[in-house]
Formats: sequence, structure tokens, C-alpha cells
Amino acid sequence: MFKRLKRRRSGRDIEQGAAKSRRGFGSRLAGIFERSRITDADWEELEETLISGDVGLDLAIELTEAIRDRVKSDGIKDPDALLGAAREVLIDALRVNGVSEPPAGKPIVILVVGVNGSGKTTTVAKLAHFLQEMGKTSVLAAADTFRAGAIDQLEIWGRRLDLRVVAQAPGSDPAAVAFDAASAAVATKADYLIVDTAGRLQTNRNLMNELRKVRRVLAGRIESAPHEVLLVLDGLTGQNGLAQAREFHADVGVSGIVLAKLDSSAKGGVVFAVTKELEVPVKFAGTGESIEDLAPFDAEEFVDALMRSGN
Amino acid sequence: MFDRLSERLDGALKRITRRGIVRESDVNDALREVRRALLEADVNFKVVKEFTASVREAALGKEVLESVTPGQLVIKIVHDELTRLLGSESAGLARSSEGPTVVLVVGLQGSGKTTSAAKLALQLKQKGERPLLAAADTKRPAAMEQLVTLGNQIDVATHREGPKSKAEHIARNAVDKARAGGLSHVIVDSAGRLQIDDDMMSEIQRVAKQTKPHEVLFVADAMTGQEAVTVAAEFDKRVPLTGLVLAKLDGDARGGAALSIRSVTGVPIKFTTATEKLEPLEVFHPDRLASRILGMGDVVTFVEQAQEIIDEQAAIKLEKKIRKASFGLDDFLEQLEQVKKMGPLSKVLDMMPGMGKLARNQEVADALEGDQMKRVAAIIQSMTPYERANPEIINGSRRRRIARGSGTTPRDVNQLLNQFREVRKMMKALAGGKIPGGMGAFGGFPGL
Repeated sequence: MFKRLKRRRSGRDIEQGAAKSRRGFGSRLAGIFERSRITDADWEELEETLISGDVGLDLAIELTEAIRDRVKSDGIKDPDALLGAAREVLIDALRVNGVSEPPAGKPIVILVVGVNGSGKTTTVAKLAHFLQEMGKTSVLAAADTFRAGAIDQLEIWGRRLDLRVVAQAPGSDPAAVAFDAASAAVATKADYLIVDTAGRLQTNRNLMNELRKVRRVLAGRIESAPHEVLLVLDGLTGQNGLAQAREFHADVGVSGIVLAKLDSSAKGGVVFAVTKELEVPVKFAGTGESIEDLAPFDAEEFVDALMRSGN
Repeated sequence: MFDRLSERLDGALKRITRRGIVRESDVNDALREVRRALLEADVNFKVVKEFTASVREAALGKEVLESVTPGQLVIKIVHDELTRLLGSESAGLARSSEGPTVVLVVGLQGSGKTTSAAKLALQLKQKGERPLLAAADTKRPAAMEQLVTLGNQIDVATHREGPKSKAEHIARNAVDKARAGGLSHVIVDSAGRLQIDDDMMSEIQRVAKQTKPHEVLFVADAMTGQEAVTVAAEFDKRVPLTGLVLAKLDGDARGGAALSIRSVTGVPIKFTTATEKLEPLEVFHPDRLASRILGMGDVVTFVEQAQEIIDEQAAIKLEKKIRKASFGLDDFLEQLEQVKKMGPLSKVLDMMPGMGKLARNQEVADALEGDQMKRVAAIIQSMTPYERANPEIINGSRRRRIARGSGTTPRDVNQLLNQFREVRKMMKALAGGKIPGGMGAFGGFPGL
């Protein structure tokens, strides 16, 4: 749904974020491409580069094989062309077909979910700012009623952005907050309703059921809501990221990933596995600490940053 | 938390334990599985490389080829290496010799610092200490409110200042306040920061300079991937770390990051914590973690524990009995009681090669624990000494008498006798070294 917004912003932010993180690292991959002959050790290094970017062992092997096949079938000999082939294979792997467009009505409801500390509340604020820049209004729902200070945090963002934040007392029912906020969004004719939720580990059955209830309540109040369920993944997350995506997807149907905290040395390679298994695309990348630091995900920039990684 | 990794290693090493001689190809197979398991657990790939290399080196040595059961040795080597990687000591919190002990809590955004700070305060308070929390996260909106709220929940005072105060001043003032008030600890919660953010890293250095912390605890998210090492190493460079807190361990993340950080920085893991509820931090035990990682066998710890508890003389006597098959119900009970001293039986089983899965079987665990154990003891104690030494003489009327005496049924008595016969049969085989698979690693250890 954010496709049309995507063109407006370049992926420069990821690039800059990643550039920050490259300080102090040698680019192992560069070594491969400086030579004219490709050896087995080089393929192994490519595999390791992917592993060190949290792609995961199985997928790293698979992607390296795919790149090898491509190089073979295209009869590629020179290193530059190989780099190009590798990029293509990796970018392809992040492509998801049939991403649906949002409905015409409003408000468009975005439910933001994720494990503890992944960066949900900050993402909600950044997303609201991003939409504001597009001339769209949002209502924010403080449905994280569990973490101490979460409501305050969202309200502070709301004041800074001059947006309405619907909240209740700490410890109240998140579904009730979501319902109130949905009503407020309809009444004020807001373009978007963004619902912040409490962090929860995907293994916690009770909290996952609570989230299902939030989803149900939203659907009951606004037709076909939520229109987007964004799972915020910490860019530093390792292989558990797949388990997170799998469980959240099974419970509340994730429509997109927000890869947060990509400005550190994080590579976020686990999204390859997520995309492959669940066919859920990465939609946004969090690239820094200020409110502007959220950009539509750019697979090319992401892959380039990953390829330049390696410890 | 580490269960799946355990099962992986279990599967890989089973192949070796089943064969008589370790060939290079076996070791390679096993190490491939070890590598896979560790990488899936997010252990840094360089650490994995070193790990597998040292295991290979040790496993392909002469010793292995000459040992009677090579599988045992490979398991032991994997275990030893893992223990070495985790560090062997279980380190507590340092203490100030004079004035309040200052604990600085640092880490990335969202790793769990604020919650960990409160949980540490709770732990100290429960020990009778008088901690003070210091809200020095001036960056994240409402972070100070969060700490104050948590402090109120656990009834620990929080020092906070206005929004314009600098982190180092808040921390410094908190230490002064604690000193003046005769408090035992100051726990400084700092803002989450990226290791590559130079301004923020300078800030934490200023905080450290102003407060001279006795402990600098790095809070690491158990779900962190390959970069954990880089992040921790960079923090360590700027504010020398004294301990790790492994947070969010209640999920299904395998927490390999902790191994990586420990192995690369040498900083000991001191506490672990879960996401839900405000409970005290849990003290971290590297040895237990190694056991869990291996699952199929913390052979060394198990053997050590067994040795501590079972008198060596008694063990020799017992071994003779086993060899002569004169092992009676008295010995059986004694064994059960000794095993009981080592902890819950399911835990003991967990430490045995190939038994991890069995221990996780609920029926088995239930049968081995609590009331069942008590019933077994009652039955045996209701027998005459002669019956205990010669269980085969127990007939119907004796069975009824024993059942009455122990408050059980003749069927229970029968069941126990059957179990005992099975155990005795198994032990004869053990003594002869004929048990295949994982159990072989315990050849000679009686009662199981």
C-alpha cells in the first residue's frame, strides 16, 4: 500500500545509516572482486558474508548456490558482472508478488505489533510523521497499556507532532483503547489510525490472544480493518526473527515488516527467510533516531549494504 | 530456551555414540551439525569456527582412537569447549568497600535496560539492601517516568531530575544522595545508544567518569543475531564492562549471542531475565547453561555431582554387587535417594546423553518425581531386610502385607518389583558395557 509513497523518498537514509556502520569493518567481499579468478574459498566467503548478516545458514547456502548457478548459466567470468549477478539474485529474493493496495475508504487502519523492545512506539511516531509529510492526518492509539511509560511516550510524540492520541489508564484493556481510537478516527475523518501495541514474545499465548482480540475489535468497528498489520523487527535480530514473523503472522496476519534500527551495524538478513517462507514484504526501514528516520524499504540499497558487510 | 540446540547436538552425536570407532568422517559429520546448530542459535560465525576447529583438533587426537568408547570422548570435548566458551565461574555483583556500590546499566535501544535496572533493584531489596534507582535516560520520551513507575511498584526510590539535566549530573547527584542517605547501591539506568553513535558513547563515558561504577552491566537481548559481538566489544572499549545481563530469555530465542559475547569480550554473564512481570533478576550459571546447550549430556558436571554425593567406597562395593548381580532393593533405594540429592530426576536425566528428550516427556517426569518416589521408598521400607536382599521370594501374601504396610496396593508392589528387575537387568548390561547408544556413556554409574 505504500508503493506510491515510495517513489518520493529515496533509500538514501539506509545508505547513510549503513555507511555509519561500516566504519571499522574491512570489506571482505571487496576482496573477492578484486581478483580475476573465483575460487571455492571466495564462494565460502560470500556465504559467510551472508551468514554474518543474519541471513541464516540454510538460506545463505541456498542463495550462494543460486548466485553460483546464475554465474554459471550466464557464463560470467569478470568480477563486476558477478557482483551484479549476486545483487540481482538477492534483490529478487526479497521480492513479493501480489502486494495488495489499500481500500479507498478512510481511515486506513495500521496495527503495529512486535516483540518487546523492537521499536514499535518509535515506529508509530515515525510513521505518523511520514504520513503527515504526505499531507495525511493520523490518530494514534496507545494500546500498549502494559509497559510503564508507554502511554506517556506516545503522548509526548503526539504533542510534538500535534496529533490526537487516544489513551486510557495504564493496565486497561488494549482492545477497548483500540475501539475508542477507531471511533475517534472515524469521527475526526482522519486518513489513518495507527495502533501501538504492547511488546509481546510470540511464545506467550495469552498476550497473542490479546492481540487477536484487538484485531477483532478493530474489524468490528471499521470495515476490513486493520488494513495493514506491520510487524516491527529489530534489525539486529538473529534467526529468532523468523519465529517472530511466523507466529505473529499466524495470529494476526502480518502484511508487512518494518525493519527497525537499521542505522546501527545491523544487516537485518533474517528478512530473507521471512520473505521466503511467509511471502510478507519488508515495507519500511528505520534508519536513525530522529523522527524523519523512516523510509520505504529499498531492496537495492539494503542488499548493497549487506554485500558490503562482513566482519 | 536452548532446547532445540540441545536436540540438534543430540542428534549429531548419537551417530558417533552408536559406532565403535571415531573416524574423521564421523567427526566431520558431527561438527557440521554442531556448526549448524550453533549458527541457528545465532552464535557468531567466527566463534563457531573457532569452536568447531578446537573440537576437531581434540577429537582427532590419539586419545579418541585409543579410548574404549569414542563417542563419550567427543561428547566430553564438545562439552568442555562449550563450558570454556561460557566461562566457568558464576560471578556475583561487585561491592564497594566504602560508600554505595554504583551499578551502571548500558546497552542498545530496546535491549531491556530500564526493566533490568528495576529488577536488579528488586533483587537487592529482597536481599535486605537499600538500593536507589537513577533515571539517567534523558533521551527516550517518558523513559524517566517508566523508571519512576517501576520504582514505585517495587517500593524503591528513584532519583530523577528535570528534562534539561545531563545524564552524568543525574547519575552523579544520585550517588551523592545515596552516600548521604547511607544507601547500599545506586543503579543508573542509561539511555539506549548505538555503539557507532560517537556523541552518545562519549556521554556514557562521562557518566562512568562521574560515578566511577563498580559494575557496568551490558544488557543484551537474547534474540540478537551475529552483530552482538561487535556491539558488545565496542561498548566494552568505551566503558569497560564487568558483566552481561541476558534479557528476554522467556521466548524461544536460543540466545547464542550470549555465548558469542562471552567468548569474544571475556565479560561474564551475570544475570538473566524474562520479559513478563517484575521479578528479581536471576543469577546466571554458566555450568547450567552448558548443560542445557548440550542437553544430551553435561557429562562432566553430572559425573562430578555423582562423585560428590556417592561415597567412592560405596560405589566400589556397589559395582561389585552389580557384577555379581547381588544388587538388592536396599541398594536400589539407596541409589534412588542418592540420585534424589542431585536434584529433580528430570534434571538428572536431562544431563544424561540421549535422555534429554525422555526428561521432557511429561509422563516420565511425573512418574519419576514427587509422590511416586515417596511411594517407592514406602514400599521398600515395608519389606523385611531378607525380602529386600532377595526380592524373588516375595509371593502373594508377602505382597499383600507390604502393600498394607506402605499404604499402597499389591499391584503397586508388583510394578516396583518389575521395575527393579528391569533396572537390575540394565545394570548387568551396563557393567558389561553392552548398552548401546547414549546410555553407554554412563557405563558403571549405578541406579539409572
